[in-house]
Amino acid sequence: MAQIAFLILLSIAAFFVVKRFRFVRRNILLGRKISLEGDKKDRWDTMFLVALGQGKMFTRPLAAIMHLFIYVGFVIINIEIIEILIDGIFGTHRVLSFLGPVYSFLIASFEILALLVLVACVVFLARRNIINIKRFHMREMTSWPKSDANLILIAEVFIMSAFLLMNASDQQLQKLGVDHYAAVGSYPVSSLLLPLIEGWSESTLIFVERFTWWFHIVAIFAFMVYITYSKHLHIILAFPNTYYSKLQPAGYLDNLESVTREVKLMLDPNADPFSAPADGATPARFGAKDVFDLSWVQLMGAYSCTECGRCTSECPANQTGKLLSPRKIMMDTRDRMEEIGKIMDANGGEWKDDGKALIGNFITEEELWACTSCNACTQACPVNINPLEIIIDLRRYLILEESKSPESIKVMFTNIENNGAPWAFPASERAAWRNA
Amino acid sequence: MNQQLQVRTMAEFMASGESPEILFWVGCAGSFDDRAKKITASIAKILHHCQISFAILGEEESCTGDPAKRAGNELLFQMMAMQNIQVLNAYEVKKIVTGCPHCFNTIKNEYPQLGGSYDVVHHSELINSLIREGRIQLKDGGEFQGKKITFHDPCYLGRGNNVYEAPRELLSELDADLVEMKRSRAKGLCCGAGGAQMFKEAEPGNKEVNIERTEDALETKASVIATGCPFCNTMMTDGIKHFEKEAEVVVKDIAELIAGQLNS
Ligand code: SF4
Ligand code: SF4
Repeated sequence: MAQIAFLILLSIAAFFVVKRFRFVRRNILLGRKISLEGDKKDRWDTMFLVALGQGKMFTRPLAAIMHLFIYVGFVIINIEIIEILIDGIFGTHRVLSFLGPVYSFLIASFEILALLVLVACVVFLARRNIINIKRFHMREMTSWPKSDANLILIAEVFIMSAFLLMNASDQQLQKLGVDHYAAVGSYPVSSLLLPLIEGWSESTLIFVERFTWWFHIVAIFAFMVYITYSKHLHIILAFPNTYYSKLQPAGYLDNLESVTREVKLMLDPNADPFSAPADGATPARFGAKDVFDLSWVQLMGAYSCTECGRCTSECPANQTGKLLSPRKIMMDTRDRMEEIGKIMDANGGEWKDDGKALIGNFITEEELWACTSCNACTQACPVNINPLEIIIDLRRYLILEESKSPESIKVMFTNIENNGAPWAFPASERAAWRNA
Repeated sequence: MNQQLQVRTMAEFMASGESPEILFWVGCAGSFDDRAKKITASIAKILHHCQISFAILGEEESCTGDPAKRAGNELLFQMMAMQNIQVLNAYEVKKIVTGCPHCFNTIKNEYPQLGGSYDVVHHSELINSLIREGRIQLKDGGEFQGKKITFHDPCYLGRGNNVYEAPRELLSELDADLVEMKRSRAKGLCCGAGGAQMFKEAEPGNKEVNIERTEDALETKASVIATGCPFCNTMMTDGIKHFEKEAEVVVKDIAELIAGQLNS
């Protein structure tokens, strides 16, 4: 009976996780295909350093250490899930205990990690809600992003507490020599809870042990479904996102190939205008108006964003009160993808134009023009997201498709075209500095 | 003063059948901005001091296209890039030193795909390696001894291309007291000029970026703000004027600081 209930719960969780993953994957693949440059080894190195090694977290040491507790806790405690799954499906109890001392070591380390995770979650909850840290309370941090962050922390607190209480009651049952509860494992943290439950009767203990076991695993199933809907998707996407992140120097911006073809035609009167490749590589438009015009790597970045706001807190425009926030650029891109995805789902997978676009309905021109292209955001991002490239692609659309820009920018363009300099000085004066 | 400004153009070199060791890419600010022209002259002076044969393009130099590209005008950028590449390739240029991190970044990183591959260095890197090679002799007990100097990292030199140490190493040659701002190197704050901001008004906000950055610099109590970019120079100079600190603090390019201390 319990086994059937367990299997049903597991299947429900798996169903939702798979469904959501397919939705996210489809949305990401709405983006343009791109060719990958550089060495695979460099990509793996980046992934190991930045995602696995958390290399960019340590510019903020306290947050880095707390995050490391949760991260390692998450990874290691997943080993315990294996045991829970087997126990749940086959009705066994602590099936891995035959590992003897290894088992004791594992359980002991889970317990210590559980405690560290608890501490980290409490610190993070305090940091988000009591201490006023500016980057957690900005314009784009509307009610859902704020609750998202808190919910997951509270869930972790409950899961870890249930885990420790479960171990405590199991231990007490082991001490009482109750059938089914063989004396296995080592419990450095939960044994501290023993005084609390000392006088409890056998049946109460069994109830508590079973209840916390179920609570623990059901919460983990719910957690697995939940993260796929939340910024916590970064737990998974941080890996591909760092792997596919830019290898060139940060200062480099890609040269649009479609433009290169045009320019070659303009500069070379003998060029054959029909020599353009027949593979349909010519894009529908220059630059990006909507998420379809961005690359799939940029779209994956939007789903990988942890909403931590490190980018925005380093952004010179944002720090001086401008509307621009690189975090908002990423969140807007994701929200637009979600919107498009839902419309497509409602239409049997077909896209029906809703008359909206990423530019205008989500990101305003005022935000885009405030960027100094300084790369502070890309430097700060712990998962190597690149908001700057999206900003430039959106600017490209404004300029190349709509000729929209501040007046003085147009003057600068005209000067470059006519005089070869952004100011209205003639080329003949270029070397005049020699006579100064 | 006039002797060191005997700077020849590439066309002049060609006409006399010679070819220079290195091309000095001056950049638009270095060519036309009165303040930046002094930086250009300082770089030329240092190159002369080291007896390096170098040329400029003069009238044949054009904007690299950086401000157009960063403003989103990829078409104009690539037109400028291809024209410049035609000129550079026609002269068979191998090595380029730039006086501006934006030119440096664009030519080094973005021109190769368009057919222009050169060995490009920023002037801070070149000057620093000349010092390491012993080719630059500085006066003993120069005017900066014991003075506080702070270095503002230009975004396209530092974060953009990971050049953080070269300017600092060469500043240390001045026997000055090099002090860092609270945000420096990879965490340095932009001066506010990049991404074509130099050519437009800032969006509404509560402060100008250069004011925020000048505050960082003033906090160090340095009497010299050194930088390696003509645009940063303008922004920081404006910031100093804003705080009416012109009497106490000067903004100087690293090339100017070295050129002023040459032992010649
Ligand atoms: S590159 Fe643009 S968005 Fe990113 S930090 Fe700099 S100004 Fe802000
Ligand atoms: S883009 Fe990166 S730095 Fe910015 S909020 Fe998202 S994860 Fe954080």
